[in-house]
Amino acid sequence: MQLEAKIPSGPIEKAWDKCRFEMKLVNPANRRKYEVIVVGSGLAGASAAATLGELGYNVKCFCYQDSARRAHSIAAQGGINAAKNYQNDGDSIYRLFFDTVKGGDFRSREANVYRLAQVSVDIIDQCVAQGVPFAREYGGTLANRSFGGAQVSRTFYARGQTGQQLLIGAYQSLMRQVGAGRVKMYPRTEMLDLIVIDGRARGIVTRDMVTGAIETHLADAVALGTGGYGNVYYLSTNATGCNGTAVWRAYKRGAAFGNPCFAQIHPTCIPMTGEYQSKLTLMSESLRNDGRIWVSQKPADKRPAGQIPEAERDYFLERRYPSFGNLVPRDVASRNAKSVCDEGRGVGETGLGVYLDFADAINRLGRHTIAERYGNLFEMYELITGEDPYSVPMRIYPAIHYTMGGLWVDYKLMSTIPGLFVIGEANFSDHGANRLGASALMQGLADGYFILPYTVGDYLATASLEKAAEDHPACREAEQNVRSITNRLLAVNGKRTVDSFHRELGKIMWEQCGMSRNEAGLKKALEQIPQLREEFWQDVRVPGEGQEINQSLEKAGRLADFMELAELMCLDALDRSESCGGHFREESQTPDGEALRDDERFSYVAAWEHQGPDTKPVLHKEPLKFDYVIPSQRSYK
Amino acid sequence: MRLTLHVWRQKDAQSPGRMVRYDVSDVNEHMSFLEMLDVLNEDLTLKGADPIVFEHDCREGICGCCGIVINGIAHGPLPGTTVCQLHMRHFKDGDELYLEPWRARAFPVIRDLMVDRAALDRIMAAGGYISVSTGSAPDANALPVPKDKAEISMDAAACIGCGACVAACPNASAALFTAAKISHLGLLPQGQPERMKRALDMVAVLNEEFGGCTNAGECEAVCPKTISIEVIARMNRDFLKSSWTYRPMVEKGGAG
Repeated sequence: MQLEAKIPSGPIEKAWDKCRFEMKLVNPANRRKYEVIVVGSGLAGASAAATLGELGYNVKCFCYQDSARRAHSIAAQGGINAAKNYQNDGDSIYRLFFDTVKGGDFRSREANVYRLAQVSVDIIDQCVAQGVPFAREYGGTLANRSFGGAQVSRTFYARGQTGQQLLIGAYQSLMRQVGAGRVKMYPRTEMLDLIVIDGRARGIVTRDMVTGAIETHLADAVALGTGGYGNVYYLSTNATGCNGTAVWRAYKRGAAFGNPCFAQIHPTCIPMTGEYQSKLTLMSESLRNDGRIWVSQKPADKRPAGQIPEAERDYFLERRYPSFGNLVPRDVASRNAKSVCDEGRGVGETGLGVYLDFADAINRLGRHTIAERYGNLFEMYELITGEDPYSVPMRIYPAIHYTMGGLWVDYKLMSTIPGLFVIGEANFSDHGANRLGASALMQGLADGYFILPYTVGDYLATASLEKAAEDHPACREAEQNVRSITNRLLAVNGKRTVDSFHRELGKIMWEQCGMSRNEAGLKKALEQIPQLREEFWQDVRVPGEGQEINQSLEKAGRLADFMELAELMCLDALDRSESCGGHFREESQTPDGEALRDDERFSYVAAWEHQGPDTKPVLHKEPLKFDYVIPSQRSYK
Repeated sequence: MRLTLHVWRQKDAQSPGRMVRYDVSDVNEHMSFLEMLDVLNEDLTLKGADPIVFEHDCREGICGCCGIVINGIAHGPLPGTTVCQLHMRHFKDGDELYLEPWRARAFPVIRDLMVDRAALDRIMAAGGYISVSTGSAPDANALPVPKDKAEISMDAAACIGCGACVAACPNASAALFTAAKISHLGLLPQGQPERMKRALDMVAVLNEEFGGCTNAGECEAVCPKTISIEVIARMNRDFLKSSWTYRPMVEKGGAG
């Protein structure tokens, strides 16, 4: 396998322009002759499908939910970054580029990140024109806020529902194309395999989640915008249906998987309460602007928060990081919360939580101001926990939130399988080893609105494809593969439920491949996961039939893929013995316990190539070169 | 706590359905309502019975997938809340709960508590958008939007498309859903060029597939995003005005 990143030569500011000019165009009259499949209808998928429809291609868009409007992009709260510099505070495309490369701990491609910063300004224009009701100033211009410790105010937001509003904007554009007959939607339809003919992606095999029908859909190009794989940990802030099946099946058909071990853990989530817990709810990072994080100095202190005197509290982030305090980046805040809980100082019934206390802020600013800033978040917290955060401190704990890893793509967002494009969180992305707040929405829409529509055209114009036939052996084989997996799952008829296996996998991953990783733990996980997988295939119980709606079967199929993906994540984490971004290897830390990168040995993208069952995948390395942002050690002391 | 559930079980749109009784013990007050059903489903699976089918995804009240009528109230007893955000502490030991799907002709039952809400997407495809293709937008600050307008627009845009308004309406009307979109876009300057046509086109599909609005106000009472029926007044105004004044554009050739 050859990894050709296809980064345009010359100065970085001109790279995307140059690339756009060099790309071949498809004559407008010919576009309707091409079929493009888009899998997923989140920010990346919906924006791509809508834009390709506008351009005149025949688009089929698939999603597992009942409507395109429900994808999990909808749950993003905080905002979307753009280098508009509307606040006149010194922001620029270059600064957004710089912050994103540095924030990603120097494990992303400079040219990609620069392009992302460039198109960020177009995204805001497009969304406003669609009617996204962003927050406004009294004069009618757009409001901005500073987010995630950024020194400029470049984040656009719509209350605490920015993801929802951006997704609805993209969904509206998509529905316009559906109404115009340019896009055909396939809701409640899950992609279960990729069809590769003569080395090119030519279609997908799907399962209709209502009738159970297995179907082949052929196309000239396929784009996956299927999101991240955070649910490998079972408990995460992802929706319960989020899954890695589409990318995993593509991986098994030959697409390289980039940096699978890079997962982001968000520090401010509501802690779990029991075994039955089905997901974790995120509370916006903005809460750390005014909340102070603390635990008792004494282990196993069961006193209620209000009875712990000030002198016996440990504001551990303020103590360890005097200059950034409670605003240290996500990975640092998360790791520190875990370590105080490991010392037995965690709060709440489970001991897995730390306080986020607004008492000082309420005293200083008044309840009214705090309600104005965080009212909806406080309500949400009270709804879930039954506690009033105005009078008792919130309890928070880190949770899996986003995966920076994903299918490897070149500068044109094409995977190692020609004709297979990957967009949004599903690709290995522009975020390196750590994503900054308010950058996920930006990347999803950049890929879908402004990058993929050009690069797909270039591919179609140059690929000289012959028409694919449904009776091609590759289609038959892919369909057969899907049927056999489904039948195998239904045939086991064992004694354990799908969820019980998923919870167990999640625990292994959280313990060994979560916030902090080490060689012994990862090696242990690499023994446990195959054992669990074997047990799964011998003892899982999937009730019902294949030819009907069967939610257990859906979950089982996704879990079967997670069981394999988990192993690849651990392999990658083991191989990368440095610490960087969200990936903290205990063997690689500074004397005072901070993450220590090793640029000499690890300044590359790890791209794994599948070798068939029971064979170790092969690691390919795409070296990373930094011509503009010179790598430095992050420090928040 | 212990609960008695009566759950609507129905194989598909064609088959008749019925209420089936389940006794659930060991319900923890911190569980969400859907987690309580998860535990019941685990139990049913291990006993060899078919788990109850219900729709859910984000479980944080924003995707709009979930929806169960609990004791006659869409999304259950807590106002302004989706069923996924409803926690068991709002119930008490020994409660008897009746769980039903959204009931409306426009929402055929797929199975048990899951219904087909594709009709809402058809209303959207008829005009729930601003026609602006990617790339043709002016600078975002070129068109100022008064802050108050942006805020009321956002109130309407908060709709999650769950369909509770339809389930609660005695006429099974989707007026609140449709009006929320017409308000969201119609209050913004960007939405003005298509405002009249949008109201006509969306209301046409609304009337075709759903019942009519008689201002019962039940929709507002159950809306998890507490969208006000004020939006319906706005829709009616736009619809009436456009019915009287809108003149369809006549396409004249000759550009070529």
